[in-house]
Amino acid sequence: MRTLGPIALIFHAIFVAFIMAPLLMVIAVSFTDKGYLSLPTDGLSLRWFKAILDNPDFIEAFGMSVWLALFSATVAVIISVPAALALARHKFPGRELISAFLLSPLMIPHLVLGVAFLQFYSRIGLGGSFYGLAAAHIILVTPYALRLALASATGMSTDAEHAAMTLGASKFTVFRRITVPLILPGIAGGWILSFITSFDELTMSVFVASPSTQTLPVKMYNHITQTIDPLIASVSTVLIVLTFLLMLILDRFYGLDKIFIGKG
Amino acid sequence: MSFLKFDSLRKEFGDFVAVHDMSLSVERGEFISLLGPSGCGKTTTLQMVAGLLSPTSGKVILDGKDITNTPPNKRGLGIVFQSYALFPHMSALDNVAFGLEMRGVGKAERLERAHNALNQVKLGQFVDRFPKDMSGGQRQRVALARALVIEPPVLLLDEPLSNLDAKLREDMRIELRLLQQDLGVTTILVTHDQEEALSMSDRIVVMQQGDVSQVAAPLDLYERPLNSFVSDFVGKTNILQGKVTDKNVVSVNQIAVSVNTEAHVVGADVALSIRPEKFTMSSDNAGLPVRVKASIFMGASWLYSVESDMGELLVTQPNTGSAGFARGDSAYLAWEEGALTVFGGVQA
Amino acid sequence: MSTEKTPNTPYLLTAPGVLFFAALLGAPMIMTLLLSLHSYDFNLGVQSDWTFGNYAEVIGDPYFQKIFGRTFGLALWVTVICVAIGVPEAYVLSRLNPRWRSIFLLIVLGPLLISVVVRTLGWALFFGGSGILSMVSQALGFGDEPVSLMFTFTGMTIALVHVLVPFMVISVWASLQKIDPQSEDAAYSLGASKMTVLRRITLPQAMPGILSGSIIVFALTASAFATPAIIGGRRLKVVATAAYDEYLSTLNWPLGAAIAVLLLIANIAIIVSYNKLVERRFAKVFE
Ligand SMILES: Nc1ncnc2c1ncn2[C@@H]1O[C@H](COP(=O)(O)OP(=O)(O)OP(=O)(O)O)[C@@H](O)[C@H]1O
Ligand SMILES: [Mg+2]
Repeated sequence: MRTLGPIALIFHAIFVAFIMAPLLMVIAVSFTDKGYLSLPTDGLSLRWFKAILDNPDFIEAFGMSVWLALFSATVAVIISVPAALALARHKFPGRELISAFLLSPLMIPHLVLGVAFLQFYSRIGLGGSFYGLAAAHIILVTPYALRLALASATGMSTDAEHAAMTLGASKFTVFRRITVPLILPGIAGGWILSFITSFDELTMSVFVASPSTQTLPVKMYNHITQTIDPLIASVSTVLIVLTFLLMLILDRFYGLDKIFIGKG
Repeated sequence: MSFLKFDSLRKEFGDFVAVHDMSLSVERGEFISLLGPSGCGKTTTLQMVAGLLSPTSGKVILDGKDITNTPPNKRGLGIVFQSYALFPHMSALDNVAFGLEMRGVGKAERLERAHNALNQVKLGQFVDRFPKDMSGGQRQRVALARALVIEPPVLLLDEPLSNLDAKLREDMRIELRLLQQDLGVTTILVTHDQEEALSMSDRIVVMQQGDVSQVAAPLDLYERPLNSFVSDFVGKTNILQGKVTDKNVVSVNQIAVSVNTEAHVVGADVALSIRPEKFTMSSDNAGLPVRVKASIFMGASWLYSVESDMGELLVTQPNTGSAGFARGDSAYLAWEEGALTVFGGVQA
Repeated sequence: MSTEKTPNTPYLLTAPGVLFFAALLGAPMIMTLLLSLHSYDFNLGVQSDWTFGNYAEVIGDPYFQKIFGRTFGLALWVTVICVAIGVPEAYVLSRLNPRWRSIFLLIVLGPLLISVVVRTLGWALFFGGSGILSMVSQALGFGDEPVSLMFTFTGMTIALVHVLVPFMVISVWASLQKIDPQSEDAAYSLGASKMTVLRRITLPQAMPGILSGSIIVFALTASAFATPAIIGGRRLKVVATAAYDEYLSTLNWPLGAAIAVLLLIANIAIIVSYNKLVERRFAKVFE
């Protein structure tokens, strides 16, 4: 009774084609030998992949994005874990308010965050700095880290911690030896999701990033709005391949749907 | 001087009184059960002893020392949680060794002692297993070994057998009791299973809505319940409403039943309790005539539901190897006067 | 439980986050709100007066009305299409055998991890005058005129559906996962047909996922920037690209701030009222 009919399978095939089409298109175009965007009808060429190496801008932007994502994901997790424990374990006046506040960036369009930070930083003189950009990203990704940490802290019974306590462990020992290992999957998932979100973010960063702190999406966006050449396709292809590899690794060790559910 | 004492222990959650000024003295080496229906405050009481909940008022005294405000990690009591609360990221051996590590026992010694403790609960070959790869009964034993290895003055057990299947539960009752007697460790068991309490304990504390209903040894509790709540909760019983019509006579639905009524005045409303196995049921024309409504074979016994002028009654009869009564049969019930217990008031 | 005596603990544990957010989220948001209440002079810059003029301008000007209307219409269309194709796809995924399922889950959800810029670029390559679409239609003999979806509403809709449909799939997928398969078997055993089971048993249980997926897609479309900017360009502005232009091209920050504040208010109002509606509906279902 649970098998799929032919109509369902045809629909599925079309859907999958729709999802893959633009990505395959980008990959195909990146192998062109022409100087403009076109399909490689006269043979494949690695010309535009070599061109990446001649454009240190993109490599620098990639490095900036990785560093920024590492930094903001890590800080977001450090902020979120204690907060998640407090919110999951205690009832206290203001609990709802604090949780809504820490999750509120999810409700704010990135554009609004972008203009808010732009004005704020230019006022306090942090405009264009790395730490300004990083702070904005931390705000942006903390809700993701918090949500996953919260999910695993809420689901976890306190019995094991109580057991450790009655066996003589101090509060700190209980935290280090029992609590952290038990919510580690949530922490790791939150970190990964934060990293990816930060790495891909464009809309807010467009406002906050300066030429010296351009992230890869910002660099690519600016490039597209100025010139359209196959270089952007080859950079995109590299990104697609890297993301695909990351996905395989994550799926292997973590289960991809767990991370995506945190994103939705 | 008793070993462990609760002194007017009380716990309130907001306006709700979960445990109502409970006092109890436990002797060294004694096995005590806290028995009662769900939500009556058993776990709350146990957690106050463990130090995981702080009492609203009252004291816990262990071996002459007031430990009411001692944090749980300084009490040194052994606890087995209902969920077992094993550390899922540690092997059985590491679980058991954890408490010793907290006490600063050196590595070699603590592994050896943890090993011995696991041997004691017959898990010697499973030391490297992780909790997720063990059966319910094995996990339960690891939890027990983990609690016992620190040689606690008191062992606290919160429904330790309730997650096990019926057969294993019975085996574990015996094993647990033998182990407790061998070690001589003072034990408090929380359970809502009256059979478990009756079969394992030296004394049973029956609780009802945060109050202690009765404290007694198993046989006393079963044979001489203080009120109809206890008699109904501990074992099966028939409760009949009646009125004292004369000295040592109670009328139930116009039928005169002779029973010792010395504690009650003539004219008082009372409840009579009689256990199903105290009846003798036969087809000899003697005693209370009844009609069999349902007949259930239970292996060692027969359980009947019968209709009589006194109302509906539950009856159990030992299986003697021949067929029992069938539905629709007529029969007669007899009982000894001492089998009846009288309680005042309309309690049931 | 054991911490009931230390009421300060939760405040200490949340303090780093709360303080960080207050300084770096609260302050900028309040400053943006204040900025939107100042007027702007093209020669003198931001003035120090207090006025609702920017809001009056955004709300009263047909140019901005059109942009807000277009954004709303776009969000509605994208949401409807995402429901129409995302829900069946989630169902199909849940019915595939486990091996294929994990492969297709990766394919369908994977794009979420790839930058929106890259995905939109792919559609721009399709849509452009010299793109595939033109080649195909020319090959099929639909005329020699290059067909272009670049700078069209349809083009934006298609690209945004592609960008956002994985959110719908994951959301519905999550609620399908929670369905006890035996509830469907039970319906079959009671004589229900496949269609009936789908309609009466599966779909109602997937409803929470569909509803939450819809609100996510709607809100993300309404505030989308990259895709409308690349596909719609200057010709077909939406709220986000209009605010961007006020900020970075026209430099009229107060007006841009007013647009941003209106976008935020609309976003929160829609999410909150939708949630209220959904809760009420489900309160009925599960009573
Ligand atoms: N933290 C709490 N806040 C409020 N009420 C509580 C709390 N903990 C327990 N209670 C209430 O106190 C009463 C006693 O709970 P307790 O857990 O001690 O019951 P129990 O006898 O162990 O029941 P069970 O057999 O179901 O485990 C219950 O009515 C319960 O709802
Ligand atoms: Mg309990």
